[in-house]
Amino acid sequence: MKPDFTRNHFELLGLPVSYAVDAAALDRAYRDLQGRVHPDRFAASGEAERRVAMQWATRANEAYRTLRNPIDRARYLLALKGYDTGEESNTAMPPDFLMQQMEWREAVAEGRAARDPAALERLRGEIEDSRAEMHALLARALGGDRNYDAGCSLVRKLRFLDRIEAEIDDALEALAEGAGGAHPATSLKGHD
Amino acid sequence: MSLLQISEPGQSPEPHQRRLAVGIDLGTTHSLVAAVRSSAAECLPDAQGRVLLPSIVHYAAGGAVEVGYEALARAGDDPANTVSSVKRFMGRGVADVAKYGALPYRFVDAPGMVAIETAAGLRSPVQVSAEILKALRARAEESLGAELFGAVVTVPAYFDDAQRQATKDAARVAGLNVLRLLNEPTAAAIAYGLDNASEGTFAVFDLGGGTFDLSVLRLTRGVFEVLSTSGDSALGGDDFDQAIAMHWRVTHGLADASGRDTRRLLAAARAVKERLSAAQSADAQVTLSWGQQLHLGLTRREFEEITAPLVQKALGPTRKALRDAGLAPAQVDGVVLVGGATRMPHLQRAVAAFFGREPLVNLDPEQVVALGAAIQANALAGNRAAGEDWLLLDVIPLSLGLETMGGLVEKVIPRNSTIPVARAQEFTTFKDGQTAMAIHVVQGERELVSDCRSLARFELRGIPPMVAGAARIAVTFQVDADGLLSVSARENTTGVSASVVVKPSYGLTDDEVAAMLRSGFDHAQADRDARALAEQRVEAEGLVAALRAALAQDADLLAPDERGALEGGIASVDAARQGADHRALKSAVEALNRLSEPFAARRMDRSVSRALAGRRLDEVQVK
Repeated sequence: MKPDFTRNHFELLGLPVSYAVDAAALDRAYRDLQGRVHPDRFAASGEAERRVAMQWATRANEAYRTLRNPIDRARYLLALKGYDTGEESNTAMPPDFLMQQMEWREAVAEGRAARDPAALERLRGEIEDSRAEMHALLARALGGDRNYDAGCSLVRKLRFLDRIEAEIDDALEALAEGAGGAHPATSLKGHD
Repeated sequence: MSLLQISEPGQSPEPHQRRLAVGIDLGTTHSLVAAVRSSAAECLPDAQGRVLLPSIVHYAAGGAVEVGYEALARAGDDPANTVSSVKRFMGRGVADVAKYGALPYRFVDAPGMVAIETAAGLRSPVQVSAEILKALRARAEESLGAELFGAVVTVPAYFDDAQRQATKDAARVAGLNVLRLLNEPTAAAIAYGLDNASEGTFAVFDLGGGTFDLSVLRLTRGVFEVLSTSGDSALGGDDFDQAIAMHWRVTHGLADASGRDTRRLLAAARAVKERLSAAQSADAQVTLSWGQQLHLGLTRREFEEITAPLVQKALGPTRKALRDAGLAPAQVDGVVLVGGATRMPHLQRAVAAFFGREPLVNLDPEQVVALGAAIQANALAGNRAAGEDWLLLDVIPLSLGLETMGGLVEKVIPRNSTIPVARAQEFTTFKDGQTAMAIHVVQGERELVSDCRSLARFELRGIPPMVAGAARIAVTFQVDADGLLSVSARENTTGVSASVVVKPSYGLTDDEVAAMLRSGFDHAQADRDARALAEQRVEAEGLVAALRAALAQDADLLAPDERGALEGGIASVDAARQGADHRALKSAVEALNRLSEPFAARRMDRSVSRALAGRRLDEVQVK
C-alpha cells in the first residue's frame, strides 16, 4: 500500500504555497523531514516500516528537488494552479528571443571551434544575467501579478537558457579534457 | 534485543544490550572490518595483529580455500588459482576484463558476469568476494565474541548498479545481513566529519587499489549531504604498478613474460612504488621463471613521468564532480585523501595544485573507510548514543534510462539524484494493435544505448490492442537507499494494467544465492537449518517487539478488526517461534510484514503531521 500523499510539496515541507521560497527554511524543513522518514532510521525495523520509509524519503527528495530549483518550482506551482507550461508542445517564442538564442548558439559553436574557454565563460556570464532578469520577471508574474500565462512563457524561455548553458558546459568539459592530457576518446570507459 | 548474545560467566551483560554490527571495506587490494567498541570505531585485527586482509583468495584442487596472507603466499607459484583484485571483475563481462590486459586467470563467459576457472571449479567473482567477506566476518565474530546482527559494506561511489548488486550478493552468500551498501568516500566523510566536527563543503579524493571516486559533500549540523560524485571504477593504485611493470618489460625486453612472471613483476613494481613515496629511488630483484635474475630499479622522477597520465586521468572526474556540484575548486573548504594510493607524493601535489590547498591527511587513508562504515553500521543497528543524531543523504553516480527508438537513451533519473529516488516516464505504442513492449534499462551518460551499460531487459505483455500512440505505459524506476534499482512498467488507459518488477541482469535470484550458500563446504545441512532458524527467530523477535511498541503508542490508528488481524498475526509468529521449522517461521513473518504495512504507513503519516504542526507552532511562537 502506498502512503497517503495528499499533501503537495509545499505542504509536505510546511512551507507556504508560493513561488517565493526562503532557501534556508526549505533546507531546514527538508532535513527535518528526512531525519524523521529516512530509511536509515528504520534499518533495524520490520520490512513494512523499511518500505514505508523508502516511499516517504523518496517523496521528500522529490519535493525538495522540485522546490529548490526555481524553474521546477515555477512549473510545479503553475500545475497546482491548473496551468500547463507546455514545454514539449508549445515551442512558439517571440522573434527577438529566437534571434537572441540563435546568436548564443553560434557563439557556443565559435568558442568551441576556437578552443577559447574565456569566451565561453563570458557567454555564460551573459546568459546568467539574462536568467537573473527572467527570474525577477517570473517572481513578479507568479507573485503579486498572478499572471500565470506570462509565468508559463517565462518557464519555457528559461528552459532554453538551461539547454544553452548545458551546451557551454559540454564545450568547456571537452576543452578541459583535451588540455588535461588524456584524450577524451581514450579516457572513456568501454562497455560490453 | 540482540542476536544470540550469550554472557560468559564472570562477564556482566551490558545494561542495554547492543546489536553487533560492523563496517566492511571490501577493497581491491586490501579489505578491513571495523566496529564501534566503547563508543569509538576501530579496525579489528587478526590473531597476528594485522588489520589489513589482502583481498586474495587461493583455490586448491581439493577444494580448500585460503584467504589473505596465506593466499598471497601462493600468488607467485600458483597464479592461475590465486585470485587477486577480484573487485575489478564484479558485475563485469568478458569484454570488460579483457581491458585489464594480461591476467593469469582462465576466464569463462558466464551469463551476466565472468567466472574464473580454478582448481576447485568455476568461481564467480561474487563467490570469490564472499570468501573474503566470510574471513572478515569470522574475524569480527571471534573478536567481538558473538554473532553479527549485520554489516555495512562499502562500494566505490562510482560503482554502477551491476557492481553494487554483485557486492550485495557476495555479502548475502557470506551469510551477512547487509544493513546498507555505503559509498566509500561518504564513509570516509562520516569518519572524518564526526571526528573533526566539521562544517562546510568537502571533497573526498579516494584513490584505492582499483577504483577512483571523487565526492563533494556538504556537512551542516549533523547532515552529510553528497552534492555530487564522479570517478572511474577502473582506475587505481594497481594501474601505477602496471605502468611500472610495463616500463620494465620495455626496458628489459620482456615482452612475453608468463603469468607467473607477470605476477612477480607486479609484486616488485608495487614494492618499489611504495618505497618511492619516501625515497628518491628504489630497486628490486626478480627471478624469472627461466631462472634469469633481474635487477630492476626506478627513480621517483622516472616513476612520476611514466604515471603522469594516470594522475591526469583522476583530475577529469574531479572537474566533473565540482561542475555538477556547481562549485569552483576554491569554494571547497577541505580536501580529504582516502586510499593507500593517495600516499604518492606526486598525486598529493596534483590534488593540492588543483584545489589550491593542502589536502587533509590526519586519518589513516587505508582505515578511514572501514571506520566510517562501522559508525554507520552501529547507527543503523539502532545503537545510536543519545545526542548522536546525524543523517546521511547520498546520490546515484550514473544516470539511469531506457532505450528508445533508434538506439537512443531516454534518461529517467539523472546522475547525482539524492536517493532514494523514484521517477516515472510515460511511453506509448508505435504500431496499431501492439500488445507488448520491450523495455531495456541502461545506465550511463552517453546518448547511444551502445555506449551505456545494459542493466536489464524485460517485456511488458498484455497491453490491450489499441491504435498506435493510444496506450499509456508508465515505466517507474525506483532506486533504494543502497543505490539499487528496480523497474516496473504498467499500462494504464482502459483500466487494464500489467506490471512486472525486474532486478538488473547481474543480480542473483534468492535461489541462486541459496545454491551458492549450499555449495560452501563449511556447513552441514543440519547446521544450516539451525542457523536459518536462529536468524529467523531474531528477525521475528525484532518484528514482534517493534510492533508491540508501535501498538502501545498508536493503536488508535487501527480499526478494531484491523487490530484483531494484527494481533492474530503476532500470535502466529509467536507460535512459529516456539517451533523448529524455519520455513514456517519465515512465512509467518512475511505474512505479518504484509499485514502491518498499512499500520506502518499511518504511523509515518502521523509522525510527519506532528512534525509539521510542531514547526508551525514554533513559527507562531517566534512571532
